[in-house]
Amino acid sequence: MSSPSSAPLLEVEDLTVAFPSPAGPTDVVHEISFTLDPGRSLGIVGESGSGKSMTSLAIMGLLPPTARRTGRVRLAGREISSLPERQMRRIRGDRIAMIFQDPLSSLNPYYTVGLQIEEAYRAHRPNVTRRKARQVVVEAMERVQITDAARRVDHYPHQFSGGMRQRVMIAMALSTEPDLIIADEPTTALDVTVQAQILRLLRSVQQDTGAGLVLITHDLAVVSEMADDVVVMRSGQCVEYAGCEQLFSDPRHPYTCALIDAVPQLEDDVGELRAVGDAGPSRGGER
Amino acid sequence: MLRFLLARLSGLILILLLVCVCTFAVFFVLSPDPAVQICGKNCTPELIDQIRANLGLDEPLLSQFLSFVGGLFAGRTYGAGDAATHCAAPCLGYSFQSSQPVWEMVTERLPVTVTVAIGAAVLWLLAGVVGGLISALKQGTWWDRGAMLVALSGLSIPNYVFALVLQYVLVVQLEWLPFPQAVGFAADPWQWFANYLMPWTVLAFAYASVYARLTRANVIDTLAENYVRTARAKGLPSHLVVRRHALRPALTPITTIFGMDFAGLLGGALITESVFGLNGVGKLTADAISSNDQPVIMGVTLLAAFFVVAGNVVVDLTYTALDPRVRVKSV
Amino acid sequence: MATVQSQPEMTEGGPPPLAQGTPERRILRSLAADRGAALGASYILLIVLMAALAPLLVKVSGWGPYEFDQSAVDPDMAGAPLGAWGGAGLDHWFGVEPGSGRDIFARIVYGARVSMLIAISATALTTLLGVVFGLLAGFHGGKVDWAISRVMDLLMGFPALIFMIAILSAIPAGNRAVMLVVVISLFGWPYLARVVRGQTISLAQREFVEAARASGAGGAAIVFKEILPNLRSTIIVLATLAIPGYIGTEAGLSFLGVGVNPPTPSWGQMIASSVSWYSVVPTYFAIPGAFLFLLVLSFTVLGDRLRAVLEPGGAP
Repeated sequence: MSSPSSAPLLEVEDLTVAFPSPAGPTDVVHEISFTLDPGRSLGIVGESGSGKSMTSLAIMGLLPPTARRTGRVRLAGREISSLPERQMRRIRGDRIAMIFQDPLSSLNPYYTVGLQIEEAYRAHRPNVTRRKARQVVVEAMERVQITDAARRVDHYPHQFSGGMRQRVMIAMALSTEPDLIIADEPTTALDVTVQAQILRLLRSVQQDTGAGLVLITHDLAVVSEMADDVVVMRSGQCVEYAGCEQLFSDPRHPYTCALIDAVPQLEDDVGELRAVGDAGPSRGGER
Repeated sequence: MLRFLLARLSGLILILLLVCVCTFAVFFVLSPDPAVQICGKNCTPELIDQIRANLGLDEPLLSQFLSFVGGLFAGRTYGAGDAATHCAAPCLGYSFQSSQPVWEMVTERLPVTVTVAIGAAVLWLLAGVVGGLISALKQGTWWDRGAMLVALSGLSIPNYVFALVLQYVLVVQLEWLPFPQAVGFAADPWQWFANYLMPWTVLAFAYASVYARLTRANVIDTLAENYVRTARAKGLPSHLVVRRHALRPALTPITTIFGMDFAGLLGGALITESVFGLNGVGKLTADAISSNDQPVIMGVTLLAAFFVVAGNVVVDLTYTALDPRVRVKSV
Repeated sequence: MATVQSQPEMTEGGPPPLAQGTPERRILRSLAADRGAALGASYILLIVLMAALAPLLVKVSGWGPYEFDQSAVDPDMAGAPLGAWGGAGLDHWFGVEPGSGRDIFARIVYGARVSMLIAISATALTTLLGVVFGLLAGFHGGKVDWAISRVMDLLMGFPALIFMIAILSAIPAGNRAVMLVVVISLFGWPYLARVVRGQTISLAQREFVEAARASGAGGAAIVFKEILPNLRSTIIVLATLAIPGYIGTEAGLSFLGVGVNPPTPSWGQMIASSVSWYSVVPTYFAIPGAFLFLLVLSFTVLGDRLRAVLEPGGAP
């Protein structure tokens, strides 16, 4: 999984996230460990409530104040899990960029997309002139294939379609040329046809910039297409961690088998659709 | 855009007309003998007859109403010959008790009311919005609980009670402020300022309480929005996240409410002005009520309604400026 | 196996999370455990008892609300009460009114009747009108909705205080209390109706209403069986929060002289009379002022807590 010649981009060791509850502290993420090399992509797959989004928030340091995080996270060899907030803020949005699930609610409706991309860029490049920043913004928008970018820079999020908005989010993430991109269910809120386009875009962006990609999804099909390695999560724990091909050809854990079996195949007879079974409470704590 | 404006303006005129009808109905239809009411306390039979003739109270209601409305636009002459008094447009009525057109009485007192409104507005916006914001950011702490308790008290105490408490404590007991005395600003700036300080505080306390609670609730809501999470994920410093991404959307509904509240205050803060003896439109109304000067009450009512309705339109227009989603799409 | 739990909603200083049991019992238990709500409810109960038992109380205290006691005031000082604290003592528990010498305790106790009766009647009428018109507008939509909404806009656009005063001063003195209730409700119902209308509209689009319609239920049945029960908590919260507003409105109108006719006591009217005496006899405005303030505060706190319990996630 990690080739010995290059140092890993992201190392997560025994990451645990716990919340207080009437029954005592409860783990929503329990001792997750994985490694990501530069230029590779990791898929984190699981049902709603399995803790996948919490994992990504934990890496970014964006957990709510009531959460308790333990474990280690290293970015390019540098320990970031114990960094003070001020320094973490410099990494956030600059070295690690995040793309969220619902671009409509994830973009501020009161500001133009241009401004929102620009502020992502200027937060980490304070000495850049506004003119240069605007140039960067337009270029970023063009790179994600938004047509007529120079004019649409001054449009508001509600004036874009769903797929376009997600491209804006990707442009926002790219503007600082991050080393790591975390995409949390980037296509779930989009139409099926648009989903394929966005995934293709993500992959080309990753290949162009050489960034690492962590892709969080509940959709096995997405994983099979995009990921080099896969972490399967259930109820906050990692039940399987393998290379993508190996996962699909030789799944080890019964839960993984159940997940794969649950995807209806066109060739098979329409037999009984097996339910995956209890994989954790249906009330998701991810958002 | 133009069509929108025209639609709103015609709506405004329609509502004002209806207010006119209702006001007219209340005074001339509801009361058993308007002439007696209008005549007031020191009445004589001759005065009653004169009022009856001047106002045409024997004529059918519709023509009375039309004369009134006509007077609003073109002015109106009461009586005839030597006893004729002309009331220039906009004629909101004629006070027989004070022998003055109502409009004149109002414009004399409007500056005081406006001063009260503006001073209070500045105070309550600062205290309310800033207080609410800090409470939201420090949700659950002692500051938050204390501030909300104060806000709760501000909501619950009637402003005339608070006014009396303030006057008693500050003027009588502690003697920090002098007794109110009517002076112009140029003559004695400190006295002028001291005159207004308490009315401003009394009004601002009540409004600030509402605004603090509202701001706190709105900011708590916006802080939980996904776009604030995005802003944090971009690595923006805290103050930018709060100011640009949480506060701005939270303030939009507050701005519209403020427009309505301010418009309402322009009609005169009846109780506050009376308690502090400020000679504004509100006190005019209160005095007119106790002396039963109907034309004045009627005229002020119309004026206040006009401010509220106009405020409504202004608020609608600013909302399109504030919220990009509401704007007419230019794409 | 670690389980995922949603983050508990901890409202600081608010009611603890709902316990088990039937909804009504849960709510009552939550409220009882909350200090603010308990205090507020106790004070309200105190005032209600005071109002209900007024005749009994004044028998105990010795003075009725309409009796004049000239021995308690000093004719040389323009009728100022004799003794400190506005003449308070064993004879007159809260002191006497300057000039008339009437017992303040008695007038407070009878004033409570006025405040509570008028506020509660106005709330009842407002709730009735608001629910009826809100349901009509929200459920039928179309022209009915348009007409009702325009009326609501008109009423909300009126300078309510001035208009109430105008109407009340134009009408000859008749049954003042009834007129007060009518006038206050007239300008108050649109605010309740607006909320009811909004919720009716969103409820009417839900699947269970569609299901009811599909199984043949008529309009009235849907409204009463499906929609109204779901509006219950909203209506309770709105009504509870309307009461303190109406207490304040009635007091304000009485303060301005268009409330209940003297000599009927009203807290607002007492405060109005106290204005000319405020520097000499501060208790005369402080006592009714305090009663008013605490009553409005209690209802507001109770309403706030009710809303927090009945509508979790709705910020105050």
